Amino acid sequence: MNAIAPSDPLANVSSRSRLHLSIFYGFLLPIVCLSLLAGVGIGSTHISWSTILRVAELKLLPQAWTSSVPVTKADEVIVWLIRVPRVIVAFFVGAGLAAAGVLLQALFRNPLAEPGLVGAGEGAVLGGVISFVTGWSATSVLSLPLMAMVGALLALFIVYAMSTRGGVTPVATLLLAGVATSALLSAVASLLLSVNIVNWQIAQEIVFWMMGGLDARTWTHVWLCAPFVVLGIVASLIQTRDLDLLQLGEETAASFGVDVESSKRMLTLTAAILTGAAVAVAGLIGFVGLLVPHAVRLILGPSNRTLLPASALTGGAFLVLCDLLARTIHPPTEIRLGIVTALCGGPLFIYLLLRQYRGVAN
Amino acid sequence: MSVLEARNAIVKRGGRTIFGPASVRIGAGEMTALIGPNGSGKSTLLRLFAGLWRPDGGEMLLDGNAIHSLARKEIARRVAFVPQEIQIDFAFTVGEILAMGRYAHRGQFSPQSQVDHAAINSAAAYCDITHLIDRAINTLSGGERQRVLIARSLVVEPEFILLDEPTANLDIHHALDVLQLCESLSHKGKTVIVATHDFNLVTRHVTRLILLQGGLLIAQGPQEEVLGPETIREVFQVEAEMVPMKTGHPVYVFHQRTRETHDFRASR
Repeated sequence: MNAIAPSDPLANVSSRSRLHLSIFYGFLLPIVCLSLLAGVGIGSTHISWSTILRVAELKLLPQAWTSSVPVTKADEVIVWLIRVPRVIVAFFVGAGLAAAGVLLQALFRNPLAEPGLVGAGEGAVLGGVISFVTGWSATSVLSLPLMAMVGALLALFIVYAMSTRGGVTPVATLLLAGVATSALLSAVASLLLSVNIVNWQIAQEIVFWMMGGLDARTWTHVWLCAPFVVLGIVASLIQTRDLDLLQLGEETAASFGVDVESSKRMLTLTAAILTGAAVAVAGLIGFVGLLVPHAVRLILGPSNRTLLPASALTGGAFLVLCDLLARTIHPPTEIRLGIVTALCGGPLFIYLLLRQYRGVAN
Repeated sequence: MSVLEARNAIVKRGGRTIFGPASVRIGAGEMTALIGPNGSGKSTLLRLFAGLWRPDGGEMLLDGNAIHSLARKEIARRVAFVPQEIQIDFAFTVGEILAMGRYAHRGQFSPQSQVDHAAINSAAAYCDITHLIDRAINTLSGGERQRVLIARSLVVEPEFILLDEPTANLDIHHALDVLQLCESLSHKGKTVIVATHDFNLVTRHVTRLILLQGGLLIAQGPQEEVLGPETIREVFQVEAEMVPMKTGHPVYVFHQRTRETHDFRASR
């Protein structure tokens, strides 16, 4: 039909996206570093940068290398036991939620899907509540993230089964199934909570956690969250080519050789691990999984091989900055982290929803 | 040359047989059209051939082996399926869409090889979409998008190409364009199966017609044998007049719906 040899069009594509990618990371990596530094350096108590540097030196370098300038115990506690773990937890929670958002958007073939929206978040909350009220969380710290993952997994299966028929997920059905399942799961969680209030202090802790936030995160929380998030992101990176094809529709994916059923199971499991790990240490924080992948997709395009790692890094930096905002905007009180992310994500969500409905109408 | 075959294939939904039993063989560089009214089972037969659905009775065979006993990737390398135009909410570029066609040929971690590269380039050139390679798929016109979907199936380098209503949303110019493309593929040795309800468009391009109604194969063969005015009246419930054309293939002019309908399933 067309015998003229083309100039290599693919070289063109890959070089174009590579250019995008290097510029993108050229901006993103300094932002990630700056956000982590700012998260540690800025807070309600003023601590000088030189003190922070001294604490880092004390903690990270061998004894022999450190200089002998003294650091007060209070400064050391604030920097090393309060701020650093909080910033690290924020980073991994943000990365996990953003990566989960990417996976769920491919699974539901819908840019609106997000852990909090498709029931995974509330499922994880319910799992966490169960591990609190049964006392498992007291016997093993690991039970909290594990139960949160199981809860997220169950919720995803329910919502998927409800909203998807023959590999097609209409927006309205997805949102309704997500809302209904979330409402049901959170009602069960509240019920469990109200019939099990033995210890007022524990109940308060649970409520606080259910509302979402990063107050009083410790190194334990870092170890409970970070390994699972890393595991989840590595598992997602293995599935990026399946994700691309699934985004075009299940039938298309199958016809190009994707084992759709097993691929969807893996995806759901990975999304549940990421959501569970994030919710276990920070409670339910909405809109990160919606906002971040969407923004990154606008810049880098929808190809999951580039979208996934970029979204995870951006999500981490985004949540660190949101948390910084939440604890410094109105001192000495902290604003709930969920308020900040909802203020950023809510308008975007409404915009996306309107655009999708306009797309359907056309 | 490979052969796709249905042997007494049956599809049931909710306990009811909606398709078959049907037996048919397709192979060796043919271009075949599956025709019939809406709901006649064209798409079902196409999905059975593509291994996307598994028959509830009987067998679907690729070179004598049950299709569902083959690995998903193996089927994908040999039988390409072009779906009816679908809404894609994500702005993949045409280049990215084409590259996805190499899924079954590449390992999960292997980078794109020279062979992948060459397959993508030649498919793009063949379907005349090289200039669209950087465009986002959701900014293309219907005709362009259909060419992209066909090009993606060529990227697979399959033996069979199955198309579901490829001309359904196209104007006459682009519809003929797409059918010409399909015909040229069959001349290149690919076996092409097109499911369509618009038989007036396809008859001059295909070597064989398979007529379906109510999930049953009514007739198969060349146009003269399959599509007489009586058959059209019974199957499509319209009166048809055959008008001879310069090309040698008659076209049909339709008028006036007949009252009584013929139920093939009941009369068996």
